[in-house]
Amino acid sequence: MKRKLLFILAFVLAASLLTVMIVNAQDGQPRIPTDDEVNAVAKKLYCPVCPNTPLDVCETQACKDWRAQIRDQLAAGWSEQQILDYFVQQYGERVLGEPQRSGFTSMVWVLPLIAVLSGIVIVWQVLRSWRLKRAEQVSSEISTPNSSDRISKELQALVEKELQKFD
Amino acid sequence: MISEIGLIALSIAFLFSVYGTIGSAYGGLRNRPAWVESSRNASLLVFPLLSLSVLVVVYNLYVLDLSQAYVADVASRAMSTFLRVTALWGGQQGSILFWAWIMSGFVAIVLLRKWERDRELIPYVIAVSMLTTTFFVGVVVFITNPFARLWHVPGAADLTTSVFQPINAMPYIPEDGQGLNPLLRHFGMIGHPPTTYIGFTGFVIPFAFAMAALITGKSQEDEWIRTSRRWTLVAWIFLTIGLILGGRWAYDVLGWGGFWGWDPVENAMFMPWLTGTAFLHSVMMTEKRGMLKRWNMVLIILTYALTVFGTFITRTGVISSVHAFSKSALGPAFFIFIGLTFIGSLSLLFSRWDALKTEHQLESFFSREAAFVLQNMLFLAITFAVFWGTVFPLLSELFTGTKITVGPPYFQKVTGPLFFALVLLMGIAPLFAWRKQAAHSLGRAMLLPLAASLGITAIWGYSHRMHPAPIFGLWLVSFVLLTILTEFWKGVRARMQGRGENLFLALSRLIGRNHRRYGGYVIHLGVVMIALGVIGDAYFKQETQGTLTAGQSLTVAGYSLRFEGLNSYPGTDGREVIEADTTLFQNGQAVRQLKPRRDFFIVQEQPVTVPAVYATAGTDVYILLLGWQDDGRSATFKIYINSLINWVWAGGVIMMLGTLVAAWPPRDGQKETTYQLRPQVFGPQPSTGD
Amino acid sequence: MQLDQDQNWEKRMADIETKISSTPLIVEEPGLNTTQPQRKWKTGGIPLAFVLVLGLLGLLAWGLKKAQAGPVDSGLAPDFSLTGFDGRTVTLSELRGQVVIINFWASWCPPCREEAAYLEQTWRKYKDRGVVFIGVDYVDTDKEALAYIQEFDITYINGPDIGTRISQAYNIKGVPETFYVDKKGQLRGVHIGPLKAPELDQKIEELLAEPDPGN
Repeated sequence: MKRKLLFILAFVLAASLLTVMIVNAQDGQPRIPTDDEVNAVAKKLYCPVCPNTPLDVCETQACKDWRAQIRDQLAAGWSEQQILDYFVQQYGERVLGEPQRSGFTSMVWVLPLIAVLSGIVIVWQVLRSWRLKRAEQVSSEISTPNSSDRISKELQALVEKELQKFD
Repeated sequence: MISEIGLIALSIAFLFSVYGTIGSAYGGLRNRPAWVESSRNASLLVFPLLSLSVLVVVYNLYVLDLSQAYVADVASRAMSTFLRVTALWGGQQGSILFWAWIMSGFVAIVLLRKWERDRELIPYVIAVSMLTTTFFVGVVVFITNPFARLWHVPGAADLTTSVFQPINAMPYIPEDGQGLNPLLRHFGMIGHPPTTYIGFTGFVIPFAFAMAALITGKSQEDEWIRTSRRWTLVAWIFLTIGLILGGRWAYDVLGWGGFWGWDPVENAMFMPWLTGTAFLHSVMMTEKRGMLKRWNMVLIILTYALTVFGTFITRTGVISSVHAFSKSALGPAFFIFIGLTFIGSLSLLFSRWDALKTEHQLESFFSREAAFVLQNMLFLAITFAVFWGTVFPLLSELFTGTKITVGPPYFQKVTGPLFFALVLLMGIAPLFAWRKQAAHSLGRAMLLPLAASLGITAIWGYSHRMHPAPIFGLWLVSFVLLTILTEFWKGVRARMQGRGENLFLALSRLIGRNHRRYGGYVIHLGVVMIALGVIGDAYFKQETQGTLTAGQSLTVAGYSLRFEGLNSYPGTDGREVIEADTTLFQNGQAVRQLKPRRDFFIVQEQPVTVPAVYATAGTDVYILLLGWQDDGRSATFKIYINSLINWVWAGGVIMMLGTLVAAWPPRDGQKETTYQLRPQVFGPQPSTGD
Repeated sequence: MQLDQDQNWEKRMADIETKISSTPLIVEEPGLNTTQPQRKWKTGGIPLAFVLVLGLLGLLAWGLKKAQAGPVDSGLAPDFSLTGFDGRTVTLSELRGQVVIINFWASWCPPCREEAAYLEQTWRKYKDRGVVFIGVDYVDTDKEALAYIQEFDITYINGPDIGTRISQAYNIKGVPETFYVDKKGQLRGVHIGPLKAPELDQKIEELLAEPDPGN
């Protein structure tokens, strides 16, 4: 009788252990997020109070509170995007390190692109105009024999004819 | 008593500056040499007068004269003598005095050396440079005076700072000074302001020459260009050193494992460096081919305007930044100054626009000239991107009312590809000939470096599978490195074969015969090393954080840190130190005992986290003590694995060496020629404007 | 013979010269008008450059003014709606006729703690006399904020400043800052830093003594 009880007890224990393991495996996320997981999210945010300080390195009490909040949110199963959106809603757009690509803020991305493209165009135009000026200069020579390929065919023919007369 | 002397010297210096500005302008415009001469003398005297003032401030700091408001602000009993004296540039008042002093020194050098050679330009050079000096000295005298004292005015809650005694006020002498912000007590921060200020103020001189050339209409002549180039090189190298020291300080002290944060104040320093570098290169085009004179003028004005802009946003806090100087009435004064500078130089430039025209001839798109033009465009594009990202938050707040942060992700994404193209060009362009480069000879020159670099990258990429971006970066670094080394090798080999010299003799003679070229190559080598460090910082950094009890370890990337215990003891400079004993293991082997710590400065009530670093050529293992339990049983650590970071500092040193080589004056007998290739002008000569 | 040849030669040369002068010497290049585009650049470029520079200066001037400006302390108090931690809402413009004390605070701010008890005490003293206290929680975490409220047993309405809109409207430079709004809705000053007795009492008495605005 005792042995049977023992067996049942062992079975129940094993079953519950198995259940716990299965449940844990299905969780996908550990109960308490590690510091690294918190920092991975905090890296994308900036301290809402101190200027230009990323949230994962800021040492003030406020930043510690915010990182604790991220930890709680991760533990509750929030995704990174959800946490970022929450921070933006609560504290304003300045908490994002990378400016958004919509609205007025998109101008910060667009203008450098336009600048580079116009730069390439300007460089092309400038170099081309220098190249053409060079061609113009060369063609305006009249005396050096090197520019024979620019002398008109008529003159060439004339000179040839006259030279032949001297033969 | 002594302070009074300093104050009087300062005030006389101001008067002399004003006279120097007005007198030289009048003398130049009305062609009165006597006025110019006396203005020159007055301007020369400003430097010794300001030196006296500076000495007085240093003396006050040395003896810790706490009746002086400035001393009470930046010094304290606990600070060492060295720190106290270098606190001269630790606060707003002292640093502007320091700036004005350096500027007056540069003006004095120009006036002593150039007096005879540039007779026509000198009046306006004095006028422009003394106008700037007058402004800065004026700010020191009237707004942020280092000789002000503290007073207690009856009825007021706070102390009043003033040079002269307010009515009914009693002088107030504190027991001890505030002391320098503990974050600033580091060799990098000691060296950073002087080098940066020398860099910034150095650009005033070429700017003054450019303005003088525009005013007198002598902008076609080369003299101002040659003078500008030398001064710009000096200013540039100091600015480079200042940037690197600033980065080193940030790395050692600020405790976030990085060295460049794209903060507005950092960008403010970086932009003039970019345009200054562009200028150093485009001026080569002018010297060799007589081209780009107008563009050089634009670049010098832009560089100077950016230094003024930089100092404006640093000292007034217009754009929010971590580098906060204390705000004061400086803002409006500085604003008027930059307004005048921008509008004045722009107007002058456009009034002489046509006179600056030069005949440009390009034989081929495939030439060094074209490469230089492309390079300048890239530098300007990067400068614009950085400028835009820096001022955009202000713009956004003005137009939409929301504050935004433009942080490193923006700057990295936008300037990254541009820097890639620039470094690539840096490797290829020296292989291009002036006028026209034959494709086959270029191909021959590039073949070996290209093949070798592709090979190295392929092998490396195969053994470390990863994101493609750093692979491109590593290819770039190896390719450019090989092209530079090939250039050296070609020259050395020619000498070894042709003259039978051994390797070292050939190398030193090679460099000795052509300082500028090979010095330039060495500088490029430094840039490649820095590029390597930047790639490592951007792509290969790893980190981890965790809380440990004694005996536990934190692991990352093959390294393991074991926490042993905590100590606490009083340190130097008035601080309380909490230190952690740790052992670092690499692949199971104990390599180092490290002691990361946190210092708490009692007077300022400020903590400073001091990292413990295990540095090797390839990597820094950077350990921070973030927190601990009061009973000392557990502590929180952060470990950064900073790959390749030391290449940044090494690259900086190489850049400095290269600049020394490039700037070394040519040996006697070697003529420094302006034109080595004569431009072929066939048509009518361009007329010099008047 | 020689002379003939020479004369012939001269004539020949003269012949050739006439022919040369009437023959086009060079091939006409298609019109390279490099000056025209440059003029276009110049007349367009200069005003544009000035406009940009003036624009930049204007932007900097605005930024400077903003950076040096302190908190708003006069004029109509900027209106806002605040949802408290306990769910109640309050809108400033609906409080006309009452004296309003707006206090900006945060749980991570040590000086705020110094004045918290005094604020709550003063609130309890004046709450039935037509004075409203509003606590605006500046960039804080809910957990810490609620702990703070519980610690000091604060009963007046406190809520988070969503998106920092209210703080920006009042241009606060830090916390704590306390704004005084009179019965007509006008700002009558700001106190920067922690309040100490009896500063707040005095100010409230002063504002309460003013006549009620007509409807």
